[in-house]
Amino acid sequence: MTTMKRRLTSTLVAASAAALLASSPATASSEAHGPEITRQQWSFGGFRGQYDQAQLQRGFQIYKEVCSACHGLSRVYFRNLVQPGGPGFPEESVKALAAEWPNQITDGPNDEGQMFERPARLADPIRGPYKNEKEARAAQNGAYPPDLSLIAKARGVERNPSWWTHPFLMLGDIFASYQEGGADYLTALMTGYVDPPADVKVNDGMYYNTAFPGHQLAMPSPLSADAVPYSDGTKTTVENYAKDVSAFLSWAADPTLDQRKRMGWQVMLYLFVTTVLLYLGKRRVWSKIKH
Amino acid sequence: MSGHTSSYEPTSRWGKWWDERLPIPRMMHGQFVAFPTPRNLNYLWTFGGILMFCLIAQIITGIVLAMHYQSSDVLAFNSVEHIRRDVNFGWLIRNMHAVGASMFFIAVYIHIFRGLYYGSYKAPREVLWILGVIILLAMMATAFLGYTLPWGQMSFWGVTVITNLFSALDTIYTGLGTAIVEWLWGGYSVSGVTLNRFFSLHYLLPFVLTGIVILHIWALHVSGQNNPTGLDIKEPSESVPMHPYATSKDIVGMFAFLILFAWFVFFLPDYLGHPDNYTEANPLVTPPHIVPEWYFLPFYAILRAFTGSFLGIPLGSFAKLFGVLAMFAAVLILAFAPWLDTSRVRSAKYRPLFKWAFWAFAFTCVALGYLGSKPAEGVYVMWAQIFTVLYFLFFLVAMPVLGLIETPKKLPRSINEAVLGPDAAAAKH
Repeated sequence: MTTMKRRLTSTLVAASAAALLASSPATASSEAHGPEITRQQWSFGGFRGQYDQAQLQRGFQIYKEVCSACHGLSRVYFRNLVQPGGPGFPEESVKALAAEWPNQITDGPNDEGQMFERPARLADPIRGPYKNEKEARAAQNGAYPPDLSLIAKARGVERNPSWWTHPFLMLGDIFASYQEGGADYLTALMTGYVDPPADVKVNDGMYYNTAFPGHQLAMPSPLSADAVPYSDGTKTTVENYAKDVSAFLSWAADPTLDQRKRMGWQVMLYLFVTTVLLYLGKRRVWSKIKH
Repeated sequence: MSGHTSSYEPTSRWGKWWDERLPIPRMMHGQFVAFPTPRNLNYLWTFGGILMFCLIAQIITGIVLAMHYQSSDVLAFNSVEHIRRDVNFGWLIRNMHAVGASMFFIAVYIHIFRGLYYGSYKAPREVLWILGVIILLAMMATAFLGYTLPWGQMSFWGVTVITNLFSALDTIYTGLGTAIVEWLWGGYSVSGVTLNRFFSLHYLLPFVLTGIVILHIWALHVSGQNNPTGLDIKEPSESVPMHPYATSKDIVGMFAFLILFAWFVFFLPDYLGHPDNYTEANPLVTPPHIVPEWYFLPFYAILRAFTGSFLGIPLGSFAKLFGVLAMFAAVLILAFAPWLDTSRVRSAKYRPLFKWAFWAFAFTCVALGYLGSKPAEGVYVMWAQIFTVLYFLFFLVAMPVLGLIETPKKLPRSINEAVLGPDAAAAKH
């Protein structure tokens, strides 16, 4: 009886030990994934982070002067550029910006039953140059420049640690509240244009990029140093451009982050204090009862 | 418990008036104030209350979301963005609902593992336990339907993969599976029609769930709560009234849990989701890896463990059917635990071998969860197959065999002896 028990216990131990020690599954299919993406320092990162208004303004400038040539931002409205927690431009300058925005709004029908184009107003979305996907593909050699409103949320950084470090890294991310994978990826993408390795043949109309999955994408390197002048003294390097526009696109995808994190602290404080008080109350209630 | 009678005495005229007509205050007092609870419950027993909170929070946030949501394939994704951006505190309600689903599952899994460890499924609590398994199934169905509604890429392709599972029935009777799948879809592919009916069912199921939860609580109040010793309450001094004792402890557990809940709602709202769901559903573009929400990953790993062969056994065209059956069996087998376990002792505290098996099973579930998040290729498949076998071995071998061969540790004679020590307990007599 006891030998049988011991044998059973040792089988169980052996089974779990085998599970722990044998070859690491993480070595499989590492080819399918992109390279490790560097984590940047973001003012809005972590649980205390808030957007840096000056950075959002610079980021919008990059979007306007560079990205908007091909990409729309149609879930963001001109009015959002005025609101607190965002770039916070003065209302008058955004009104003027909307009126001059080259991609006008299709409105109508008018009294004659015709649709017409009119300049944008504060209440209108920030449109890209193409009316629809077909028009975009026709103009872009078959490629489709996606709308950028949600791009920072729709991209992430996939890490592939070995299976036994995985839970610890996960807990680390939860504790540090890491949510900036999209911004990290976008920065890596925009600074990731290099000459292809000798053994890689880049297809016609494609460009080599270290961060892009598969390494070949149809967008040429969008940023070059000193292409956009900054008025606040920030160095006009590709790296700064990339980080500023990534920060701006993070705001575009998550415009309520500032309010969310501020309120989060108030809620956490309330919960901590209440939990402690309730615990003290519970101890008092149970003080005469051994349990 | 069944023998427990209410000590409720209405004091006001209003109270007496009701007591003679519809004695709800009497029932509430008997079941939730004076109700005897074991004195030795630990914090794992607070998860029942936590789950009640989760259910109510999901229903309230869900009703508010439904006021702003549009269940059409053209408008659904935009309406969720409208909620996030333009509805007052819409981001908060939406985060609470999305994170709330995950928190609901964290709590329910802890609740289930607590039941497995302390033998809460054993007689006389079989019906209580089976109602719990039905609740788990209803929760899974509700969560799956709900994940469709944002109509992102992962919503769309998750639904496509999971509803397609029923086509495995074609291997039993030609055309049967396809007919069921098309009936579920309301067409020949996942479309706006599917989305609309899934929204309708997602709204319906939580109320069905609430009904089963009421039965679950009713059954609990007939047999009474289990406790860490697994022993029955033998005398009144082994229990304390639910209020203020159990309630004061429950609320501490609930607020501690809310700290975790709020951490995700405010600081990590998208951590438990997938970036692909921020891209609108597109039937023409398949994501590279289709993964379900984290709480389904262990079952997803079991489903995908059945490739062309299983641990070297060729399965041929039946592979998919076996995978589907194994996945459903993995949940349903829980319902048989009361009869698979042959031990007379409830709590694993006094079961030296079962304790090992329990932790091996817990490790198996986590390992399957990890494997479910990985592509079904290479060495992952082999490990998923091994852990699938271990998952079922726990129920089919460890539960029946360990009960027969293990010698349990010496049980305390009563809850009082376990809590107060043998001398003090004896002095009480």
